[in-house]
Amino acid sequence: MGLNEVKGWNKEEMAGKIACDIPDGAYVNLGIGLPELVANYIPEGREVIFHTENGLLGVGPSPAKELEDDELINAGKKPVTAIKGACFFHHADSFAMVRGGHIDICVLGAFQISENGDLANWSTGEPGAIPAVGGAMDLVEGVKTIIVFTQHTTKNGEPKIVKECTYPLTGKGVVNHIYTDLAVIDVTENGLFVREMAPGVDFEYLKSCTAAELKLY
Amino acid sequence: MINKIVKSASEAVSGIFDGATIMISGFGEAGSPIELIHALIDHGAKDLTVISNNTGNGHIGLAALIENKQVRKMICSFPRTANSVVFPELYRKGEIDLELVPQGTLAERIRAGGAGIPAFFTPTSVNTPLAEGKEMRLFDGKPYVMEFGIKADFALVKCRIADRYGNLLFNKTARNFGPVMCMAASHAIVQASQVVETGEIDPEIVVTPGIFVKKVVEIANPVSENQLIRENRRYPWA
Repeated sequence: MGLNEVKGWNKEEMAGKIACDIPDGAYVNLGIGLPELVANYIPEGREVIFHTENGLLGVGPSPAKELEDDELINAGKKPVTAIKGACFFHHADSFAMVRGGHIDICVLGAFQISENGDLANWSTGEPGAIPAVGGAMDLVEGVKTIIVFTQHTTKNGEPKIVKECTYPLTGKGVVNHIYTDLAVIDVTENGLFVREMAPGVDFEYLKSCTAAELKLY
Repeated sequence: MINKIVKSASEAVSGIFDGATIMISGFGEAGSPIELIHALIDHGAKDLTVISNNTGNGHIGLAALIENKQVRKMICSFPRTANSVVFPELYRKGEIDLELVPQGTLAERIRAGGAGIPAFFTPTSVNTPLAEGKEMRLFDGKPYVMEFGIKADFALVKCRIADRYGNLLFNKTARNFGPVMCMAASHAIVQASQVVETGEIDPEIVVTPGIFVKKVVEIANPVSENQLIRENRRYPWA
């Protein structure tokens, strides 16, 4: 590695890139973990309403420790606040918003994404693992635009963007955009198109970290 | 006179029988009716099928019910969380059954059950292992999977305010599955932090109409699951 080590974007920069691409007025669901960072980077002057599938539209910032409320949490079960104009609703209504196509954008993590936009993010299929799915399958089927926010490769350096997913699918042909530490990639009918590469990343390097065909616009 | 108020949690759960199917409200700890669950542990009904989003945390509430070997099968969307230790261990030993259902499908199956809809088609889980073996149908060229409505013998639900008719108001994200579970259970049992006189709840803002509720017990200061877990408490209390 040494001098040639490619660093790419850090998580905050990735979150900032996604946030910049979320238009004013959008209803957005952020997945558990990394995607939650996106809320911190919405550009000033834009009004974005965050949905959490456990029953709140208008998720606000994390509260101070002493203001945490056990009954005001997000889908990751972390304490949140509710903005002015927020509303609470039950689970069937919440998923009517999701499945009914009322949520504009969902940002979530991934184990694998395939060339045609298949997503695997709920199970590695390992024997002995406790299967757990939550709302991921509903979100990918129902939300208009699905954005994946992930490192380009696994901790062991294996590509996450692959020809075909080997892990059990969350949804087929559901991903629209992939934001990684190395690049921003659009999933189109004609394949994976690289929209932008991080500073210091060239197309050859990107291809070497990717197990699916990449194209340039 | 209609009066759904009962005096204690133990009286509220006294009719629960062995082999019953029970819906339990809550998403994580928000909305989990811990006092009712603990009364059910004291009551002792066993061989239960429990429908709840998660499988409980630590060694209290739903986790304690499972640990007490009263639950034969869990129907849920997310059986493991950071503090869930009881269910994973029993599941690995093959001592408890699991039906894994996507969260939105779980909510809609419960809603449908309560609304007299035996089955419906949803795009969720199509092309995944969770749709295997299920009936599929195309609508406008797009595939959907058939899912069944679910009903239950009982629901255990936590809310903020109730009146003697069973009209309910909830608290923030603790509302989650409560309203649909009240609809889908033949016998919805509710613990409310406050019971008020009829007329005190504005009819315009009632969340769950009393017709869906059979029993209400006032639990003025419900325990905090988070705090009990931080204190490493177990039920039955040591």
